[in-house]
Amino acid sequence: MLSHYPIIHVAMWVTALLFSIAVCLNIYRILVGPSLPDRIAALDTLSVNAIGLILLIGIGTGSRYGFEAGLLITLFSFLTTAALCKYLLRGMIIE
Amino acid sequence: MWQLIIESVIALLLVIGGLAALTGAVGMLRFNDFYMRMHGPAMSSTVGIGAVILASIGFFWFHTGTFSAQELILMVLLMVTTPISAHLLTMSAMHMKLPRQSNTQGGPFEINEQIDQD
Repeated sequence: MLSHYPIIHVAMWVTALLFSIAVCLNIYRILVGPSLPDRIAALDTLSVNAIGLILLIGIGTGSRYGFEAGLLITLFSFLTTAALCKYLLRGMIIE
Repeated sequence: MWQLIIESVIALLLVIGGLAALTGAVGMLRFNDFYMRMHGPAMSSTVGIGAVILASIGFFWFHTGTFSAQELILMVLLMVTTPISAHLLTMSAMHMKLPRQSNTQGGPFEINEQIDQD
């Protein structure tokens, strides 16, 4: 379907490569991050890059339904970050 | 002719988004302490995702012929939640008293007395 648009086709693959390298660097920071807030920030950035990859898949296949998965990933990554930071700050999540 | 121009603009937006995401990830990888490392995710989640979302809206407008901006919800949601999570992360890092680099100036008073020496 993208064969009608050759420039967008090439740009989509280049952008997918850049986002994949960014995901690999984030996974490195999750695995060897020296402190716990480093790992939480890297998880947050990883979910943001995953949303970018999902939008790229939507462009590549020509369907817009992946957008709702991106919405869910945004909401759950914010919830995860807020709950983990609350745990680091207070020692418990629900007081 | 017009198809070439629109395709070039969409492709340029896509590559700008990818480069911004890669810049954010490299910043998160290479900076020295945690307080510097928090600059990277802001870059990749505003410029990177914003450019890719604009490219997606433009591509589907160009492909189907009808304009619908449902991806803008995603951009608004990201721009609301990213500063809140960065604030929470920095607050928890200050609570854990993470070390900071000695040649950075200023800084909050809670961590000024224990500076990492290298």
